[in-house]
Amino acid sequence: MRLVLHVWRQKNAAAPGQMQRYQAGDVNPDMSMLELLDVVNEELILKGEEPVAFEHDCREGICGSCGFMIDGVAHGPLPATTVCQLTMRHFKDGQELHLEPWRAKAFPVIKDLIVDRSAFDRIIEAGGYIDIPTGSAPDGNAILVPKDNAERAMDAAACIGCGACVAACPNASAALFTGAKISHLGLLPQGQPERDQRSLRMVRQWNREGFGSCTNIGECEAVCPKEIKLGVIARMNRDFIRASWRR
Amino acid sequence: MHLVSRVPSGPIEKLWDQARFEMKLVNPANKRKHTVIVVGSGLAGASAAATLGELGYHVKCFCFQDSPRRAHSIAAQGGINAAKNYHGDGDSIFRLFYDTVKGGDFRSREANVYRLAQISVDIIDQCVAQGVPFAREYGGTLANRSFGGAQVSRTFYARGQTGQQLLLGAYQALERQIDSGQVKMFPRTEMLDLVVIDGQARGIVTRNLVTGKIESHAADAVVLGTGGYGNAYFLSTNAKGSNCTAIWRAYKRGAAFANPCFTQIHPTCIPVSGHYQSKLTLMSESLRNDGRIWVPVKPRDRRPPGEIPEDERDYFLERRYPSFGNLVPRDVASRNAKAVCDEGRGVGETGLGVYLDFSDAIQSLGAGVIRERYGNLFEMYQRITDEDPYQVPMRIYPAIHYTMGGLWVDYYLMTTIPGLFSIGEANFSDHGANRLGASALMQGLSDGYFILPYTIGDYIASSKLAKIDASHAEFRRVEAGVAALTKQLLSIRGHQTVDALHRKLGKVLWDYCGMSRNAHDLERALERIRELREEYWRDVTVGGSGEDLNQSLEKAGRVADFFELAELMCLDALERNESCGGHFREEYQTPDGEAQRNDDDFSYVAAWEYQGPDRVPALHQEALLFEYVHPSQRSYK
Repeated sequence: MRLVLHVWRQKNAAAPGQMQRYQAGDVNPDMSMLELLDVVNEELILKGEEPVAFEHDCREGICGSCGFMIDGVAHGPLPATTVCQLTMRHFKDGQELHLEPWRAKAFPVIKDLIVDRSAFDRIIEAGGYIDIPTGSAPDGNAILVPKDNAERAMDAAACIGCGACVAACPNASAALFTGAKISHLGLLPQGQPERDQRSLRMVRQWNREGFGSCTNIGECEAVCPKEIKLGVIARMNRDFIRASWRR
Repeated sequence: MHLVSRVPSGPIEKLWDQARFEMKLVNPANKRKHTVIVVGSGLAGASAAATLGELGYHVKCFCFQDSPRRAHSIAAQGGINAAKNYHGDGDSIFRLFYDTVKGGDFRSREANVYRLAQISVDIIDQCVAQGVPFAREYGGTLANRSFGGAQVSRTFYARGQTGQQLLLGAYQALERQIDSGQVKMFPRTEMLDLVVIDGQARGIVTRNLVTGKIESHAADAVVLGTGGYGNAYFLSTNAKGSNCTAIWRAYKRGAAFANPCFTQIHPTCIPVSGHYQSKLTLMSESLRNDGRIWVPVKPRDRRPPGEIPEDERDYFLERRYPSFGNLVPRDVASRNAKAVCDEGRGVGETGLGVYLDFSDAIQSLGAGVIRERYGNLFEMYQRITDEDPYQVPMRIYPAIHYTMGGLWVDYYLMTTIPGLFSIGEANFSDHGANRLGASALMQGLSDGYFILPYTIGDYIASSKLAKIDASHAEFRRVEAGVAALTKQLLSIRGHQTVDALHRKLGKVLWDYCGMSRNAHDLERALERIRELREEYWRDVTVGGSGEDLNQSLEKAGRVADFFELAELMCLDALERNESCGGHFREEYQTPDGEAQRNDDDFSYVAAWEYQGPDRVPALHQEALLFEYVHPSQRSYK
């Protein structure tokens, strides 16, 4: 099959960018979106042109490196799928696709489809952890965790930090990302001692980074490749308000 | 070069206690005067950096990804072993030690493996306390499952995302230290060389992958937790960015490289589907708990699996290894899969695949239970292949997955360069010639949380460390070398891309130094790799400049190192005239096709010392003595 790609090209953070059109012939339906870009890039390199820069690493949907908009949808049309696992069989022969980087003030473009997501790291830095010095832990089975809580914590902990939620949100809010971590740790007995402080600090850091507020639109949940549910935002809001009152 | 393993003497269960007691300590107030560089932020690197930060050292941590959370440890699926014996099924520290030494086909250092088994229990405690959401039983206790090479249930897991959850635990501990200012993180920064001054590792030279700036960082000790080199084969289950550059440059600065030919081929990966393929996807070994592996009895049987009656199916692992069945170790499972495909009994379009069938398990346990256990893996399989494994058996084939070889380290995890440490997959230490499933996570975290933080203190306390910063002339010299290499790669402007040449290298390695090897092929491979390397430096085209983000340039430097390492892998494989674990030499096999070790001549670690460009490296041997687990022909029958 053949596809036409319109790809956002931007040399660096300061330079203006524009869409560029590329023909992709000989597309195998089993190829992933990133393998298609590999093929396009090989051709560009041989022609002496700059290849399209895009972030990727594990290519099995778990590292969270990859991600861009395909026709305005974060990670493209397939639910619960990152672009590295999005195969071409989901597109039609001759289809035109528009690839753009995540758009958010807190995620400035570095080059082409690559953005700077270090704001996410700084949100985790602001309390997204349980402080337990190495070697000071009690026996694993001394802390009993009801199966149901463990499962719900795991649902939230599955977040890969790709940033699709921010990119999809009209407010560019980091609520789903922040809520996922607050929920993961807050659902476990180990996470209780720092629960109040964690929610206050993480939410404040999210605001400081320039992400927008959450207005319960739900676009984030719709595009999340790990199907993190909106409930984590409700949990975060509750924890934040409770912690604010307690202070 | 003289290899001194520094294993204390005494009964094996007391060695680590004794070593810790004998170690010199750094006064808490003095720790902050010392800088430690940690390269890599996977399970080993992140846990080491976090713990060193906690102890009060000034830590600089580097990763090439945009965030430390991306390291490839994140992709580990199945689980982590620990000798907790929570199920009372006969597990113990000694049994985990025994299984690991046997699983490694008697090519690992007993003392290291024993320590690993001892520490395994502390790792689980640490990770639980950090909030890692391990699977639980209804009563709230930790759940376990079985893995290959073991007859007890000792594998802890978090669905099919154990590596992700353990890494996020370590990453969060690291972020905690970044928040407190103890650790400074350098993401999107790649180590391109090691700086050795007066025989001690004193820093690294890096390239900022966004600006292209070459920079120097000085320290009192350098730790490499940079993972394995499976990507030498081009197609592997490793992340695309995984590379050998840090350990290879360290090798060229004098660190011995041990057992480079010990590579692990994982039996359960999704088969290759086309020439454009960029990587292979692993399906967790845990699937072998409930899935049954089979091929048709008749060669070239093209019927769909559902139409092949039970008596025309060959469950070859269950048939050949009745006591371990589908749970034989990885090397055995991979080799047997290759053998049945070589007989023409492989399945799928290419004939390079075997079935992994869940229909019996679904029938006896119900689809719900299977979904709960492996749901995300089944989804992943379907997403890639467009086939529903609840309805038709999965097709799997072995793929390069892990490298047991790596930088030689002593009991203190220090390489042959004083002050240079290596942890996790980057070192050679604990898995011998074959790693058991769920042991990589255990080793990475054992090294990073519980071993290195002690041993590095001993090094700092007992060494004379001159005051050196990055203004030292040696840093300028190494920087100039790095800049020159970058410039050279950019200036070739040939006709082939980095990937195209890397694929050629990968094919040679896979064909001649893959699942089975022989002297004739290895000699051919050595010749072919030299030719390809020459072709690379003559005809590669990189494009772009060195002054900004240039992914093709990043790859070009890594692949240049893979070419050199590939040669060492083949040399090592050629020199080791025996079969052991993942290293199967066709000339050395038992009458029924099992690996035939030669303990009289090859019970050693092969540690290679760099002798300069285009000179044959020197081989040093560390003899392996087995006092507790007596080497025997490994049997899983």
